[in-house]
Amino acid sequence: MKKARHSWGRYFNYFSEEHTIFWRQDNLPPTQKLLLPHGLGRSYGDSCLNDNGALVHTRLLDHAIAFDGSTGLLRCEAGVSLAQILDICVPLGWFLPVTPGTKFVTVGGAIANDVHGKNHYRDGTFGRHVIAFELLRSDGSRLLCSPEVNTGFYKATIGGLGLTGLVTWAEIQLLPVENAFVDDDSFQCKTLDHCLQLFDQSRESHQYRVAWIDCLAQGASTGRGIFSRANHCNNLGLPVMHQAKSKLSVPFTFPPRVLNKYTVSAFNALYFRKMGKPQKNSRADYDTFFYPLDNVHHWNRIYGSRGFIQYQCVLTKEPRAALLALLEHIARSGQASFLSVLKEFGELASPGMLSFPRKGFTLALDFPNLGRSTLDLLNNLDAIVREAEGAIYPAKDARMSPDMFRSGYAAIEEFRAYIDPHFSSSFWRRVQP
Amino acid sequence: MNIFISGATSAIAQAWARLYAAQGAGFYLLGRDANKLDIVKDDLLARGAREVRLHAVDMALVQDYGSIVAQLYSHWPMVDVALFAQGSLPDQRALEKDISAVRSMFELNAMSYMLPASLIAERMAQAGSGSIVLVSSVAGDRGRQSNYFYGTSKAAVTTFAQGLRNHVFKRGVHVLTVKPGFVDTPMTASMEKGGPLWATPEQIAACIEKGLQKKKDVIYAPWFWRIIMLVIRHIPEIIFKRLGL
Repeated sequence: MKKARHSWGRYFNYFSEEHTIFWRQDNLPPTQKLLLPHGLGRSYGDSCLNDNGALVHTRLLDHAIAFDGSTGLLRCEAGVSLAQILDICVPLGWFLPVTPGTKFVTVGGAIANDVHGKNHYRDGTFGRHVIAFELLRSDGSRLLCSPEVNTGFYKATIGGLGLTGLVTWAEIQLLPVENAFVDDDSFQCKTLDHCLQLFDQSRESHQYRVAWIDCLAQGASTGRGIFSRANHCNNLGLPVMHQAKSKLSVPFTFPPRVLNKYTVSAFNALYFRKMGKPQKNSRADYDTFFYPLDNVHHWNRIYGSRGFIQYQCVLTKEPRAALLALLEHIARSGQASFLSVLKEFGELASPGMLSFPRKGFTLALDFPNLGRSTLDLLNNLDAIVREAEGAIYPAKDARMSPDMFRSGYAAIEEFRAYIDPHFSSSFWRRVQP
Repeated sequence: MNIFISGATSAIAQAWARLYAAQGAGFYLLGRDANKLDIVKDDLLARGAREVRLHAVDMALVQDYGSIVAQLYSHWPMVDVALFAQGSLPDQRALEKDISAVRSMFELNAMSYMLPASLIAERMAQAGSGSIVLVSSVAGDRGRQSNYFYGTSKAAVTTFAQGLRNHVFKRGVHVLTVKPGFVDTPMTASMEKGGPLWATPEQIAACIEKGLQKKKDVIYAPWFWRIIMLVIRHIPEIIFKRLGL
């Protein structure tokens, strides 16, 4: 059956056939349409959409297959969410080796987008911790892929945006932890340099480092924000579980333009002041530290019916200058970005051919969709990113040009050979020249 | 805790079993497809189950439920919870054209609940404790033109559960009737989904869990179906027969 579907940014509204794969030994659905696996739909743009094609839902592939509590090796189906993994593994002293800012993504999606977290400098991308997986192709073949076997498919599928076939299961090496908590501290940074200095100083001492940036601050305050860092708590005897908080939900789509430069700048100013004093030695459960937004279901509805556009770039050449240029440009435009997050990527290479992270700094921004003016702004940001020899993250993207995509991803031609001829996505068709 | 599940590969049964796997429960699973049972077994073990025994059998074809229940009790002297969740939801109009399919549907949706549940209830009554969970449906609350063969089979389960509860209550056995509404499962794959009336198997599992804890007799899952069905049951037949529900 056909159904309209939007992704997390609520920017696109595309029609596609909807199919479900019920069991991992099942074949792909019989349809003439081009296929795209679809997990929890948390990609922001159109990389998880397939206009006029078919989506294959993996939600029912949610079985664990084997978990070894002594080695932390987990084998599970591709539709298992990171939230489920945490429920299974944290009580036994294991944590996700890499996690994005939401736990409501599937293992298949984490592989297809080669997701990263606040610990990229130390631990690299999610794909680095994927030991093996099975890839179901449209010709019915099932390829076991690992760094040793079917290496090309292994590298193409990690960060491969679901285009190489459907991952049925994967094996992941988890990270040992003592409990469900992290020790974190936060600092107010008055300038971008102060912030970058803190990143620098905490590089060896802290596994997780992230900064929230006030994008509307201008002049001497450009790049002001809050820097946070954390390590897993080593104390023995703390609980491996924590009390689940009651969830809030945004029950309806907000009217347009509730988030504008006045409301956002008021929020930013308050938040910046609240964090005025450095908060030393606080302790947070993993949900509070890693997934603050997961506590508000459907938070994407606050952007109204026109949705919003995420923009996440990585800057490799002279990142400080490029960051300043980006921030000044955004502040001048007056277009408010509510959630602006800065992270540092390290040198650890991902096996993925089309993997986004690379050494440098990454800035993630979200803009209410105001139509032409938003797109113009983002095109201008592209020029700065290109100058800094950077790239845009496909999982967040809704609008980059084929040219911009090619400039950020050197392995596109090599990747093309591994695409399944019966798979495609709206994103992929959009970024082809 | 020892748990018996009939229809163990159904989405609702799986979601419910996972709640107990984390607590280290043991499982004895009945299902039609041995491959799917294996997948469920591995899943429950990885999630912390103490042990998982499998029994692959097509419940629509079983002649001798006595031997199935005897095998269950030869493995464990006591069963704490027995949950029945197998079922099929064939298209009503297709059934009207192939009337023989009604019989096997009835075997699966009603007989394969009543006969083994009756035997297990007797064993539980002898032990003086235990819970039996029968997954019926809101469709059993009133016959409707759109699915009355299915609805009749579920009405049988609902009525059977009332009688069984009445029979074994004094001997310490808890019988829970579960009436889910629309649930997003493989059984409803061909239906148009979405909207506030649709629930996930996980939500239904949580309702069942709450019903067990509170020793409820009948639960609607989610709760709002109690109100919807209250209205539907009270529409006079003289009006109801003219509706297209």
